Amino acid sequence: MRLIAENLGGERGGAAVFSGIGFALEAGQALVVTGPNGSGKSTLLRVVAGLLPKAEGRVLLEGGGEEFPSIASACHYLGHQNAMKTALSVTENLRFWREFHGEGRLDVEEALETVGLGGIGHLPFGYLSTGQRRRAAIAKLLVSHRPLWLLDEPTAGLDKASEGRLAELMRGHCTDGGMIVAATHLPLGLEGAKALAMREAG
Amino acid sequence: MLALLLRDIRLSIRAGGGALTGVIFFLAVIATIPFGVGPDLKLLARIGPAILWIGALLACLLGLDRLFQADREDGSLDLLVLGNDRHMLALTVLVKCVAHWAGSVLPLVVAAPLLGLFMNMEPLAIGATALTLLVGTPAITFIGAVGAAVAVALPRGGLLISVLVLPLTIPVLIFGVSASYGATANPDPFLQPFLILAALTLFLAVLGPVAAALALRHGTD
Repeated sequence: MRLIAENLGGERGGAAVFSGIGFALEAGQALVVTGPNGSGKSTLLRVVAGLLPKAEGRVLLEGGGEEFPSIASACHYLGHQNAMKTALSVTENLRFWREFHGEGRLDVEEALETVGLGGIGHLPFGYLSTGQRRRAAIAKLLVSHRPLWLLDEPTAGLDKASEGRLAELMRGHCTDGGMIVAATHLPLGLEGAKALAMREAG
Repeated sequence: MLALLLRDIRLSIRAGGGALTGVIFFLAVIATIPFGVGPDLKLLARIGPAILWIGALLACLLGLDRLFQADREDGSLDLLVLGNDRHMLALTVLVKCVAHWAGSVLPLVVAAPLLGLFMNMEPLAIGATALTLLVGTPAITFIGAVGAAVAVALPRGGLLISVLVLPLTIPVLIFGVSASYGATANPDPFLQPFLILAALTLFLAVLGPVAAALALRHGTD
């Protein structure tokens, strides 16, 4: 499986945010996108996912087969928001996404254990702290299988221990033949990851 | 899909959901009418079905703005849009509409017979009105979904949605009310307007979600 972007350009409100971005990811590889605020990291991820129209160029997934015909169907998108309902318990939230996404991988309880939230699945999501919410959202990546992870500032709000755990999860995902595109300010602890530095537009 | 249906119904029942808001608004509208119109029992019975329909229509519009906005704010909408290849987005929208109807509008239909007593309506008229509400209110939800999808990116889009949607719901209101009257007033037909009402609901059950899905796909930013 290969993720290829050629001469990709994105815009926000009619103004070009970035242009001429190109990369190719093989199965098992990760791409770390860095750059100052406003350089278009989040926009790039949303363009790759297909949530925003691309201004120019192309991005495609090769070898996804029938199971993953498009990037949208092959990716987990973890944005700034955690996509969880505050009125529902953590377990209810995760169980919903597991069923909606299909391709079940870990159990909800196992996934919560993996991110260090074992035993608090019964709490409403709204009661959790920022870091715990982020960890629950990371658990969402584990409950169903997607070969491509698009992570936007995945470490936002995480403490040191959780950052280490996330790095381990990402390494595990790559070892399993998955691909990761992560936008971040902080080093993620991914050895051998490709790097893409975005420049300020203008 | 079933998971989505159950999640949304559960959300509308939990604290902060819209299930009770609509019913209380409906109750407030209907309860004040007899005070405003005066104690003329015959007049109340005559305008009863129309008032129930108008009250239910307005109460339906009340919670519509949260249909997609809540999902947009917490990021769920992105994932629902991305899931298009597995669950066609129009189908997702349809399921969300059905859940919204079951969670927020069905309580109105259940409350309607009780509120009909306030209006001194006969049992037959109450039954007919409740039946037409049961058949007609899904159409309002489906039209409303289009408005909600168009205005999803706007903060405080609630009023805009009502203004957008209200003109389109007028046919539903007209046929709903005329079917309700047809059941009691002798020369008026019941079946014809009732069938048109059912046809409107079925037609909009297809058109509404497709249009709303289109608006959502192009509204993400």
